[in-house]
Order: sequence, then C-alpha cells, then structure tokens
Amino acid sequence: MDILSVADTLVQGILLGSLYALFALGLSLMFGVMRLVNTAHGDLVILAGFFGVFLNLVFGVSAFTTLIAVVPLAFALGYGLQRGVLNRTLSRDPLPSLVVTFGLSIIIQNLLLQLFSADTRSISAGGLESRSIEIVPQLSVGVLPVIVFITALLASAGFQWLFSSTRIGRAFRATSDDGEAALLMGINNEHLYALATGLAVAVLGVAGIFQGMRTTISPTDGPAQLIYAFESVIIGGMGSFWGTFLGGIILGVAQAVGFRFDPGWGILVGHLVFVAVLLIRPMGLFPRTSG
Amino acid sequence: MGELLKTHQLEAFYGDFQALFGIDFTISQGETVAIIGANGAGKSTFLKCLTGLLHSPAPAITWEGRPIGGTPAYQLVAQGIAMVPEGRRLFPSLSVEENLAMGAYTRRRGPWALDSVYRLFPVLQERRRAAATALSGGQQQMVAIGRALMANPRLLICDELSLGLAPLVIRELYRALELITAAGMTVILVEQDVAEARAHSERLYCFQEGRVSLTGVSRATSIEDISLAYFGV
Repeated sequence: MDILSVADTLVQGILLGSLYALFALGLSLMFGVMRLVNTAHGDLVILAGFFGVFLNLVFGVSAFTTLIAVVPLAFALGYGLQRGVLNRTLSRDPLPSLVVTFGLSIIIQNLLLQLFSADTRSISAGGLESRSIEIVPQLSVGVLPVIVFITALLASAGFQWLFSSTRIGRAFRATSDDGEAALLMGINNEHLYALATGLAVAVLGVAGIFQGMRTTISPTDGPAQLIYAFESVIIGGMGSFWGTFLGGIILGVAQAVGFRFDPGWGILVGHLVFVAVLLIRPMGLFPRTSG
Repeated sequence: MGELLKTHQLEAFYGDFQALFGIDFTISQGETVAIIGANGAGKSTFLKCLTGLLHSPAPAITWEGRPIGGTPAYQLVAQGIAMVPEGRRLFPSLSVEENLAMGAYTRRRGPWALDSVYRLFPVLQERRRAAATALSGGQQQMVAIGRALMANPRLLICDELSLGLAPLVIRELYRALELITAAGMTVILVEQDVAEARAHSERLYCFQEGRVSLTGVSRATSIEDISLAYFGV
C-alpha cells in the first residue's frame, strides 16, 4: 500500500467520523446533564432527514435552506419532548427513560414508514454532494464531507464553550452535579433539561440533513446511527465534547481502514475498535469526569 | 420590625409517614432565630418545606403575609429565600468562583456580589480558581455561605453550619455570621450545637418528634429547659 492510499484512507475516515461526532454530541450532552440515555437518538436523526426530504420534494426547498426550518423545529421538538415526556421519566432508576425512549424509537420508525414507505430517499443538494476538491493528484476530498467536518468542529467547539464559559453552561454542570442544590440556586431544572434536549436535537437536525444529502436514508436506519453515536461517546470518554468529537473521528478512521481492506469489513472493524477501547480503557480515551 | 415568614400549623409527610405535626413558627425582619433538636426531630424536613423542596399547602407558609406554601424551590430563591444546605452541597465540577456565581443565578439585586463575599472571606479570593471540593471543610463552608449570600436573600437559612468542623473554624464562621446579621440580614440557624445556637440567636425553637417542644428568647431559656425539651425526659 502506497503512502497516498494511506493518506486517502485517513482523510476519508476523518471526514466520515466527523458525521458520527455530529450524531454523538447531543447524546453526550444529554447524558452529561441528566444521565439520560436517549435510545431514540438515531431515529431523531432520520426523522430530521425525512423532514428535509419532505421540504425538498414537496416545496422544492434547496438542501441547505431546509436547515432554516429543520433546526428551530428540531429544537422545539427536543424541548417539548423533554418538558412533556422525558422529565417524568428521570429518576435514580435509568430503566423508565430507557423504556420510554425505546418506545419513542418504534413510534418514529413506524410513523416514517406510514408517511414515506420503506423506500430509501435522499435530499438533493444540487450536485454539491458529488463535487470534490483535489488536494494533490489522486487525493481528493468531497465538498460536502468537508462542510460536515467543519460543522462538527464548530459544534464541538460551541458546546465546549457553552459548557465552560457561559451562565447556562455553568447551570448545566451544576445541575448535573447536584440537581437539588441547583434548585436551591434558583434553577428550574425542568426548563434546563428541556433546553439541553432542545440543543441536542437541534444538532441532530443538522446531522439528519447532512446524512440525507450524503447518502440515502430509510425509516429504519435510526438504530444504526444510534450505535455509531454511542460508540463515539464511549470511545471519547464521558464529560468532554472534544473527547466525543475525537471518538467519532477514531470510529470513522477505523471504519475507513476496514472498508479499504474489504467493503464488507468497515462497520465490523469500527465495532472491534470500540470493543478494544472498552477492554483496554473502559473510561474512554479522553475522560473528563470520574464516576 | 415586620413579620417576614410564618408557618401556620405546618404538617409534612413522606408518603404515609408524618414528619411534622402542626408547626407554628415566625421570624421577623432582622431577627436571628435558632432551631435546635435531636436527629429526626424534623428540623431538616421543616427547612425542606420552607425552601420548597417539600410540598406544603399554600396557606401553611406565609411570606410577608402572602401564602407561599407549595411554591417551587427555584421561585422561592427569586423571592429572597436562600439556604446554606447541610453538608454544604457545593458543585464539585465547578471552581470556587463558579460556585459563588451559581448563587447569583437569579440575578437579585443587593449588596452581595463577588467582591463583598471576598471581603468577608479573603481566603476564597486566593483560592477562587480551585475546585470547590479541593478546599478544607471550613473553607468549603465559607463557599456555601458566600454562595447563598450571592442570591442577595432577605432570609438566610443555615443548616448545621458547625457540623464536622474544628472549634476554631466554627468560631471564625460564626464571627462572619455576626457581620452578616449586623448588616440587617434575617437568619434561621439550625444547629445541633445547642450552646452555639443559643449564643448566636435572639429566639429559639426546640423541635421534638415533629412538634415544637420549647420556644422563647434564647438568653432567657435555661440549659435545663432545653435539655428537657430536647430529649423529652
């Protein structure tokens, strides 16, 4: 294998991984703030993707313009979902929230099947999806994957900044540490949790549109996206958004290396790297929080 | 002096278990009132009702005459009730200064801000960037007091300030509390240290098995009366 194909594999892996990072940020945020594992996470990605498909097909809205509608709606959906449903499931016992989000996952999948049938769809980005830039001869990168990468980078930086340097981020950390003490500071936990989920789902909205532009989506694709998001968070380690970002990148590179050897191996190699990290460093590669 | 907070036959339950049986309590503007009692006497439950962590019927608690029972905890802070919780309950992943800033979350106006808290506890300024739980027990208690003050409360509730601290540290904390009350703060002091509670309050209530077993002017209450009310023997 020559140096160019090694570089190519790495670059494609990093670009693929940045999409996983985008999936994973919201999961990391929700788990970090309320210890809530949202098993409908991947389905929300696909839901946002299909909403983009709908706007694209029915109203002829261009791919990037759909974001203007999808992101605020995704935020509202996340906020309402947390305020109306998920807040009631929060307790020391993780089971109620797992069961409820699992049910939500089934509801979303069947709703999409009813509305869009089982056909695969994609969002047309007006040719952008197939455009690429040549870095050196025989090594080029797709324009869309680079846009995804930059978005994931900005989203990670934004989440990290929000958490470490703003009033609301401080409130997120405080509530995560001790919800009752946070109440005594005047924090309305239910509202704060809803904001966290709103933010998480807003980022998923972006991720869903990108997924729909990059490849095809079908109503039952959600659980696979959830797995990638999960693996990214676990590889990166809890409590740090840069960790989650790097976790996604590592997963992407592992899959790209697998794909290079055999197109059927990519996903498997990704899972193997995830299992290896769990075995060697169960706390993840870049953990910030303990316990 | 206007009456600030009052409870009217306040009862509290944990499921089927009744923890408070008709507590009548009152505190006026600028007063320091102590609540003493053995473990399980209902002191902590009473504070949970006052701060809204435990639900009470609306008329059972009045704030300047208005019923506030059952108001969510986070809204009571905005009205001016702040607490130094038992065991301090600092936020471990926040620095000292961030913990103090959390106290000011509701943005109530008043004399207390970072610089005035640092004037009261200069050691906190030196350690402002440290993780709050890396401090000594006494310094952590200072952060907890400072954090409650940052809310610019009209009523400051201190739950077991002296618990687990060395006598020298306790004296220092109570000296700070005297400065705070001298500036006109209304304080409810919950203490297991009876001598400390008596020395630093104007009136006291003794709780026993969910009822008020003794109340009166602190200086006029003898140790004998207190031990009778405390243990009920």
